[in-house]
Amino acid sequence: MSGILFPATWSPYAAGVGIGVLVCLSFLLCNRPLGASSAYVKARGLLEKAVDPHVEEKKEYYREIAPRVDGVLMILPGIVIGAFISAVLSGQFHLSWVPGLWSATFGDNAIVRVLAAFAGGIILAFGARWAGGCTSGHGISGTSQLSVASIVSAACFFIGGIAAAFVIFHVVGV
Amino acid sequence: MPLLTRLHQNGRAQIVIGLGIGIAFGFFLQKGGVTDYNVIIGQLLLENFVVVKVMLSAVIVAMIGVNLLVHIGYAQLHVSPGSLGSNMIGGLIFGVGFALLGLCPGTVAGAAGTGALDALFGGIIGMLVGAGLFADFYPKIKARFLSCAPLPAQTLPELLRLNRWVVIGIAEIVMIGILLMLAYLGW
Repeated sequence: MSGILFPATWSPYAAGVGIGVLVCLSFLLCNRPLGASSAYVKARGLLEKAVDPHVEEKKEYYREIAPRVDGVLMILPGIVIGAFISAVLSGQFHLSWVPGLWSATFGDNAIVRVLAAFAGGIILAFGARWAGGCTSGHGISGTSQLSVASIVSAACFFIGGIAAAFVIFHVVGV
Repeated sequence: MPLLTRLHQNGRAQIVIGLGIGIAFGFFLQKGGVTDYNVIIGQLLLENFVVVKVMLSAVIVAMIGVNLLVHIGYAQLHVSPGSLGSNMIGGLIFGVGFALLGLCPGTVAGAAGTGALDALFGGIIGMLVGAGLFADFYPKIKARFLSCAPLPAQTLPELLRLNRWVVIGIAEIVMIGILLMLAYLGW
């Protein structure tokens, strides 16, 4: 039984089935889809609220997604902890600054990579909130409900992602 | 279900359940290999199909599970009307960030948990900055884009005018067919 906890990776199908069950549990126990991107809005809102307690009155978006420590926000530390446990159990926890595919094309300068990841994170969060969800909220939870908005979003995540990856790795980084 | 409604309204229980679901989610993401930058970029460059395999397997299970839960009255659907101005434009912007970071909002947190410091100090900090920027621009984006070109229906069964379970049956066959085809082609 404990043997399943230690392999470096499972088959992607098994991991996917586990995530599918979690989506069902989220609907059953929390009455909401399983998503990640609104947790970042809550975390950011809490940071702003620490500086300015009246931020919810000033910014409409924080009245729609309240900066609160709740189940939606807790997904985020949960994912960090869960991935950490899984990586440690299978001996895959390694501190690193530059991933292999990046360094093969753009070199192993950590500052360049962190700046690219930072810019990517800004655009990713902006796009996720613009579309109203991310790969989990739209891509998995939304398509499972046969939501047209989620299917359009998920298709555009990959159309945009594939186009941008080809430009980054085959045009910019040749 | 009064018991479930009470659970949904119990803030402390929701914090614990949210954390628990997050831990299991992070565990499965890492075990599926998708907390790895190289796997995600490999997918976007169409050199591997791990992300598609994980996502389709999840949807194959969740589509049946969620709809059964709704059917027996244990859950409610959470769909909202979309628009090209929101879902298409936002989705394409997301794609650019997806490729530049090489991770998505959930997997960047998972990558940080596996020790990827670029995900922690670049990606997650960037996400917090991006979320704040969106909150600042939200009133303008909402007025100008979010309800631009609304989608004709909220769900696929409404759009196709077919029974919900017929659409689910067709979708399941298509998704399983894609997975079998990927396996057959050795991708």
